[in-house]
Amino acid sequence: MNVQSPASTAAPTAKDYASDQEVRWCPGCGDYAILKAVQKTLAELQADTAKTVFVSGIGCAARFPYYMTTYGFHTIHGRAPAIATGVKLTNPELDVWVVSGDGDALSIGGNHLLHVLRRNVDLQILLFNNEIYGLTKGQYSPTSRVGTRTPSTPGGSIDTPVSAGAFALGAGARFFARSVDTQQKHLPEVLKRARAHKGASLVEIFQNCIVYNDGAFDSFTERSVAAERQILLQHGQPMLFGKDGDKGLWLKRGRLELEAVTLGEDGVTEADILVHDETDRVMAGMLAALQPPLMPVALGVLYCDPAPSYEAGVVEEVAAARRAHPADLAELLHKGHTWQVT
Amino acid sequence: MEGSTALKADPSGRRVIESAVVRFAGDSGDGMQLTGSQFTLSTALAGNDLATFPDFPAEIRAPVGTTFGVSAFQINFGARVIKTSGDELDVLVAMNPAALKVNLADVKPHGLLILDAGAFNERNLHKAGYASDPRQDGSLEGFRVFEVDMSQLTQDALKEAGLTKKEALRCKNMWALGLVYWMFGRERQATVDWLNEKFARRPEIAGANVAALNAGHAFGETAEVDAHLAAFSVPPAEIAPGLYRNITGAEALSWGLVAGAAGAELKLVFCSYPITPASSLLHSLAGLKDHGVVTFQAEDEIAAVGAAIGASYAGGIGVTSSSGPGVALKTEAIGLAISAELPLVVVNSQRAGPSTGMPTKTEQSDLYQSVFGRNGDSPLVVLAARSPADCFEVAIEAVRLATRYMTPVILLSDGYIANAAEPWRLPEVEDLPRFPVTFATDPEGFHPFKRDAETLARVWAVPGTPGLEHRIGGIEKASDSGNISYDPANHQQMTDLRRDKVLRVAEDIPAQAFEAGGTEDRLVVVGWGSTYGPISRAVDNLRAEGLPVAHLHLRHIWPLPRNLEELLRGFGKVLVPEMNDGQLVTLLRSEYLLPAESLSKVTGKPFKISEIEAAVRARLAA
Repeated sequence: MNVQSPASTAAPTAKDYASDQEVRWCPGCGDYAILKAVQKTLAELQADTAKTVFVSGIGCAARFPYYMTTYGFHTIHGRAPAIATGVKLTNPELDVWVVSGDGDALSIGGNHLLHVLRRNVDLQILLFNNEIYGLTKGQYSPTSRVGTRTPSTPGGSIDTPVSAGAFALGAGARFFARSVDTQQKHLPEVLKRARAHKGASLVEIFQNCIVYNDGAFDSFTERSVAAERQILLQHGQPMLFGKDGDKGLWLKRGRLELEAVTLGEDGVTEADILVHDETDRVMAGMLAALQPPLMPVALGVLYCDPAPSYEAGVVEEVAAARRAHPADLAELLHKGHTWQVT
Repeated sequence: MEGSTALKADPSGRRVIESAVVRFAGDSGDGMQLTGSQFTLSTALAGNDLATFPDFPAEIRAPVGTTFGVSAFQINFGARVIKTSGDELDVLVAMNPAALKVNLADVKPHGLLILDAGAFNERNLHKAGYASDPRQDGSLEGFRVFEVDMSQLTQDALKEAGLTKKEALRCKNMWALGLVYWMFGRERQATVDWLNEKFARRPEIAGANVAALNAGHAFGETAEVDAHLAAFSVPPAEIAPGLYRNITGAEALSWGLVAGAAGAELKLVFCSYPITPASSLLHSLAGLKDHGVVTFQAEDEIAAVGAAIGASYAGGIGVTSSSGPGVALKTEAIGLAISAELPLVVVNSQRAGPSTGMPTKTEQSDLYQSVFGRNGDSPLVVLAARSPADCFEVAIEAVRLATRYMTPVILLSDGYIANAAEPWRLPEVEDLPRFPVTFATDPEGFHPFKRDAETLARVWAVPGTPGLEHRIGGIEKASDSGNISYDPANHQQMTDLRRDKVLRVAEDIPAQAFEAGGTEDRLVVVGWGSTYGPISRAVDNLRAEGLPVAHLHLRHIWPLPRNLEELLRGFGKVLVPEMNDGQLVTLLRSEYLLPAESLSKVTGKPFKISEIEAAVRARLAA
């Protein structure tokens, strides 16, 4: 049976958002963790399943809607942002989530992602980035690093990967955040921020493909190195990281470039460390570009600077036109020159 | 006109004629479209039936005076029912040598050429590519030529107006219009009112245009005019009583979509990407926000259809519009709407193809694309509008069928229909079809692919409805739950259901009727789309001669009307004129195993009445 609603009496739990469909991702796939985090987030927000819609394209991630008890639309490759735009234009009251992967969002659907971000349609767009094509059995993707050996690039990939963060900021996105599939405390917090942001919220989730690209993010997600290789951004807080919180970011003297420094070394104090301002687009760009091992990977809300959302503007334009002049059909047909034949 | 249809003189001494075809042609900057539309208005007000067609260049701002910068507007008007914008010109008004060069071939023998002598200088002749002056080298033999220096006379008339020479010369189209108004005894008042309204903020420009209009008119009235330039009278046509307006196909289609959405009681969400010749629909609907219409100019054709599908999924009526190449890009998404069984209207304003083809030239070569052009077995409904005004009803029908059968509907228009205009008797709004949609609301026994026993349409459950949360998509789904299914028997069953659902539309549409003639005739001409005008006139003419020819014109291309086969079986000969290489004819032959014969024309121009007459005569003689 394809229809379920959570029991309406008690406060919902993550289970209330899980459909009865058997989840068919590979055992150990990072998608399981993301599914769990999303269900947990919706439960914590007590989201109404009837007013929540998950729209996906094609790829492993795109099966996501079937596993939710909300409304869901599994569409075609790369086009989920366009379809979600139509949903919001028709019923802005719906809470719409787009689920996509690196190939779906940044390759075949790159154009739609560009425009949905610049238009600022009120959507949460989850980009499951595993740097590989999974469903088609392991070809390199637009986020694969140079030299990635796959069946379609046996000698290693040649082309430069695209960075989701640089792409989003370049497109004019008003919200960009990052998290990791397995970071079950961090990911729901980021998802909540995305949902709270009115406008297009792009969340890049580093997701491990256990079959075709296992360990792609180990260099900064492995438990043993995570503290040293990740910086968890908090708005208004100094950008500190490291096991002991003794490392931080500052601007290299004379350059517009971030540098990782250690408190106490060479006279560096906490006062020298940059404070994260998530409305600073230039800083967001620099944070998005940080790469291990020399620099930590920036996670959390890199950028959030709200602006009016597109569908709200469209709805208001129509409403204003109707307030000014509630037209009717007969009037439309009769406008301009008419003549009577007797 | 002259020598052929002059019937008698009316009391004012004007020669009475039954109909005339006039084309105004000049440089893109000469205002020919405005001139033509004003002549159309005054002609409609005079009670004539009419049909018009604009022919403007593909270039946005072509160099002045060149042949590719020529813009023209043609009108056929008469005391009888007018069905096309006319085969051949009775009158060509040419504002420069390039306009003469481009349009001369369409003027009938002994037709009248009215030339602005002031524009026939060395420079303009050279720009038009004339090696010698056609007025002197015999090129115009066989035509009646009336030359007048409109440029100079317009400037003379505006001497006191305080305009620059350039501004004054811009009024020469109104001078020409004034002269033609005099020729056909037209009233000037509607144009004077229009000019005053259009240039309300620049009264000196309004005044100058009115003065030029009056000067051209007075010239005809008082000057010692050439024997060629006679005054004519075209009596009012026998037209059904009612309130009329002039309407283009693009306007009628956009208003029909608004009426269709109102009939279904749904929000109209129109999602499109600019393309010639379909953009006028987007422009028209973008101006109707006060009707609650949402328009979305998407980033590309695929996003446009995607957003329209999203709109229907969310409980509106999603409509997308394009021309052939754009519809090709939408193909995969249309398949999604077929698989997810969502209503969708796809308007295709066809143009000459393949690929980019000739964007500003008309063709009806996307029938195969509409009926067959998708991956998988993917049936949908295909409708075709026959004329500008017909677009209104067909658009309503498209919304009705899309929502009643939960299916995409492709509505075929074309570049000719979109831009051409004709008088339209306004319907009473309360008589328009109403077909309010009922969304599913009851969770009891609900699943998203539960079907109506009569139509086979699935239920339409809209996000936001409590208790009906469900998941759909382009993956095959189980017929009894909507869950993903790769079961072999289920795929067979779902394919059958999708086919049968669309075929059931045939039970919901009127039986096919004859436009003219019947099964007692020997030959039937079967048409669709904008060939209606020339076929209809040709068949009427031939029947008036007593020839046994009938006419069927299809609005429903897929599924075909349920009685069509039976009607066609009664004929020894079936002729299918199409502005393509033979597409409907193939469909009819494959569906009915009939010896239907194609009459194909792909020149980017509509059929001439005479071409259809000749084709029918040849077959009846055989």
